[in-house]
Amino acid sequence: MSKSFFIDTTLCTACRGCQVACKQWHNLPAENTTNRGTFENPPDLSFDTYKVVRMREQVIDGKFAWLFFPEQCRHCADPPCRDTAGEPSAIFKDEATGAVIFTANTKGLDADEIIASCPYNIPRKSEDGTLAKCDMCIDRVHNGLLPACVQTCPTGAMNFGDREKMVSLARQRLDIVKKAYPKAQLVDVEYVEVIYLITYQPELYHKNVIAMNAPAGMTRQMALRKMFRPMTSIASGIL
Amino acid sequence: MTNHWIDLKNSDCILIMGSNAAENHPISFKYVTEAQRKGAKLINVDPRFTRTSAKADIYTALRSGTDIAFLGGMIKYILDNRLYDEEYMKAYTNASALVNPAFDFKDGLFSGYDAANRKYDKSTWSFQADEKGVPKTDPSLQDARCVLQLLKKHYSRYDLKLVSEITGTPEADLLTVYKTYSATGEKGKAGTIMYAMGWTQHTVGVQNIRTMSIIQLLLGNMGVAGGGVNALRGESNVQGSTDQALLWHIWPGYLKSPKASDTSLAVYNEKYTPKSGDPRSANWWQNYPKYSVSLLKSFFGENANKENEFGYNWLPKTDEGKSYSWLDIFDEMYKGNIKGFFAWGQNPACSGTNAGKNREAMKKLDWMVNANLFDNETGSFWRGPGMDPSKIKTEVFMLPACVSVEKEGSVSNSGRWMQWRYQGPKPLGNSLPDGDIIMELGHRLKQIYKEEGKFPEPIRNLKWDYLTDGKYDPHKIAKQINGYFLQDVTIKDQTYKKGTLVPAFAMLQADGSTSCGNWIYCNSYTEKGNMSARRGKQDAPNNIGLYPEFAWCWPVNRRIIYNRASVDPKGQPRNDKRWVIRWNGEKWEGDVPDGPWPPMELPDGKPNPEGRYPFIMQKHGFGAIFGPGLADGPFPEHYEPLECPVEKNYMNSQRMNPVAPVYGTDADAHATCDPRFPYVGTTYRVTEHWQTGLMTRPQPWLLELQPQMFVEMSEELGTLKGIQNGERVTVKSARGSVQCTAIVTKRFKPFNIGGLTIHEVGMPWHYGWRWPESGTEESVNLLTPPTGDPNTRIPETKAFMVNVVKG
Repeated sequence: MSKSFFIDTTLCTACRGCQVACKQWHNLPAENTTNRGTFENPPDLSFDTYKVVRMREQVIDGKFAWLFFPEQCRHCADPPCRDTAGEPSAIFKDEATGAVIFTANTKGLDADEIIASCPYNIPRKSEDGTLAKCDMCIDRVHNGLLPACVQTCPTGAMNFGDREKMVSLARQRLDIVKKAYPKAQLVDVEYVEVIYLITYQPELYHKNVIAMNAPAGMTRQMALRKMFRPMTSIASGIL
Repeated sequence: MTNHWIDLKNSDCILIMGSNAAENHPISFKYVTEAQRKGAKLINVDPRFTRTSAKADIYTALRSGTDIAFLGGMIKYILDNRLYDEEYMKAYTNASALVNPAFDFKDGLFSGYDAANRKYDKSTWSFQADEKGVPKTDPSLQDARCVLQLLKKHYSRYDLKLVSEITGTPEADLLTVYKTYSATGEKGKAGTIMYAMGWTQHTVGVQNIRTMSIIQLLLGNMGVAGGGVNALRGESNVQGSTDQALLWHIWPGYLKSPKASDTSLAVYNEKYTPKSGDPRSANWWQNYPKYSVSLLKSFFGENANKENEFGYNWLPKTDEGKSYSWLDIFDEMYKGNIKGFFAWGQNPACSGTNAGKNREAMKKLDWMVNANLFDNETGSFWRGPGMDPSKIKTEVFMLPACVSVEKEGSVSNSGRWMQWRYQGPKPLGNSLPDGDIIMELGHRLKQIYKEEGKFPEPIRNLKWDYLTDGKYDPHKIAKQINGYFLQDVTIKDQTYKKGTLVPAFAMLQADGSTSCGNWIYCNSYTEKGNMSARRGKQDAPNNIGLYPEFAWCWPVNRRIIYNRASVDPKGQPRNDKRWVIRWNGEKWEGDVPDGPWPPMELPDGKPNPEGRYPFIMQKHGFGAIFGPGLADGPFPEHYEPLECPVEKNYMNSQRMNPVAPVYGTDADAHATCDPRFPYVGTTYRVTEHWQTGLMTRPQPWLLELQPQMFVEMSEELGTLKGIQNGERVTVKSARGSVQCTAIVTKRFKPFNIGGLTIHEVGMPWHYGWRWPESGTEESVNLLTPPTGDPNTRIPETKAFMVNVVKG
């Protein structure tokens, strides 16, 4: 049984405890940032930043909303980055958890091609071409702990556990949330281990909320089918 | 908090106003969102759309400094539509009490105003009393002099149109908030308020909270699960610091600081011990002398005895009518009247209002001791911006203190929970726990005063035996705070042995046979052990999240205070689903009740003479809708801040609070309705930094998130001033200027104030020139005004006037 995150954006307050916990557990250096006219910082994911809470000011049906989206690697069921790399010592999927893991051996691979293959634009390269991203805190998870971001979340927005349980939790929550937000949805639930519950159109949160980098002329569904097999083939009967 | 953090989950309607809980008390949202998931409504009222607003079911904005107008409108709405909880209001509040015929209110002034001294003679703010001194009442609530009728009259002026003109909140939004919140007046429903410095830091700070207390009493929301009046404290141990009287006007446990006219212990005790002629009023403060004498015994031990008034005369007395608050300390320091200064765990060069004055004041000192984790803008004030070190004589001593996790001791959270913490890592380098520094200071003083010194008795007689193996021992202090029997004491057939810990404050004595460092903490560390170190996870039988065996809560582990108001007069819960206490015919079940007495009525409906009114800390036992104790009036009234954007108060002829203090040195400039400073300014916190940022600005992971001082403004103001999002601007007030990065956002909107378009801008207060290293990110308190609340002197940093210019 693989592990999944369920990220309920309706409960996220953008306190960014997850962002700091991620840096702390991985002992990643802080970036030298400036205030760019927004609370959101660092401006993007990077080799040293695996998680960024996106904060978007939107007017939806005449009403103002501030939308929060804790962005991280989705740990795809069938990760295009791994297939693009074609080098199991550099990018592989941990069987026990479903975590997609990048190693130091990513140095020397075609980093740009691997980044381009990601439907969510997640991996980032260092100056020497090594790639990095969220590792699901695999060291913690293998030792029975929650990922650092989940451990620190005060509101219940970040959840983690066996996939079956997370999918079920996500579906239950969606049913409730839909009453107030008819457009609420679980994002790409069949294809990824990181299931987001959002209440408005995905593009209002951030450009890469749903798998987007479809080549011209293809529908999103076609692109998804081309990019990876859905989770249903792996964990059928759950969905 | 009258209630506690977990109890937020029990609410049907949570009003977050005067706080930004999602950002500044993030863990609270664990319980706020839990309440929402169960169907509770979350209302947020804030000048700016915040991360709290983003989660609210209802959000609306008001202009900073107009909360009383907003809430006064709600009182009118509740009264006009008879949405109050009549049974509760009649039984448990002073709504039916008859007020002194001489009490009056005219055009912004209550009776007894002394304009020359900017203070009130409060003698007419009283009740009509019978021969026993018990207030006369009109249970029908019809008498024109009864509290309810006076309340109606007072708030009759707060109609939607006028309130909207003052607050800038659209009338439709006012109605939505009023309607939603007032629905908790229904029996069995609970509404709660989460407030913080957004309410307190005003010239009408205490009255902001009073207004909400009135609403809570009208709606029957006090004492119930999911209700109460809940102050969200700004630090993990602010509640503890207040309880232990880290303030000039109180002694530990909210006893009064004596005044010069309180010439003896007998006079002092007589003056502050209220007397009630009503046998059914518990009038708990009648025990005052037990607490004051036990406190003196804890200070002076065996040196305190009946003959020397237990050392009462060794303690300082305040001069009549004089205030010794933070504002006054820096005013006196600025005037050169203070020569030495301990800045202990604080950073007044950044944290105090009108911080430029504070920094100038520090130049007048001979010496300063800066006890802190790191050097800060205060310890280094002499080399700060605009300072010439060669011309500053102040000698600064740095005492490195260790951080809280490096020492053992307790913190008391907003919910009054005293929680023991064990030591984590050992202190780094030469740093010491504050306790060790204070103990050493005391020993040195005692040594010096042994030989010589003016008025040496307080120092020589001070009990100072809290070391174990040469180190400060927090357990000894905690036990001293709880209190000891100093001789064998027999109470109701039970003898308590000399030297044992007092089990609860009901056993404290006024004859010197007990000591207690803080009566409200009596019961926290008993012969059964350190109650605050308990970590039991069993809930109480009512299953509402009280967790009575987890840590310890003052008073006597009562998790929801005023809980006798949660039951009907027969002692049965007014809400069966979320009951707090209930009478089973013999005793109370559930939470620890506010006193052991039986319910007000016998099962047959006749009054039980043994019963007591629920509001036991009030002299007469009733929730105070009419509250005569404050400096600025028994009913809250809207006044404008010291600095405001309107020529006059639309509500009455007093522009600002007629008794608020205004300071008058050349560093106390202020300007109202001045075209040089056309925009309302306010200050706040962000999740990512802590206080003046001393613990967070040097922390790269946090500085990464919020790297720079900023000012938030509306897109409309940005357009008006030609300011682009992200560009550097200067914000100026009558007192100073600060460089900021502009955040031009939809989250601020201009207000329509009586037909005028008024802009408001907001800034965080976490920055200072020491970090980040650029030195360009300065404290917003260089801008904030020289005034505060007349009751507490908390500064008015939430509403003042500024300008914003490019560059």
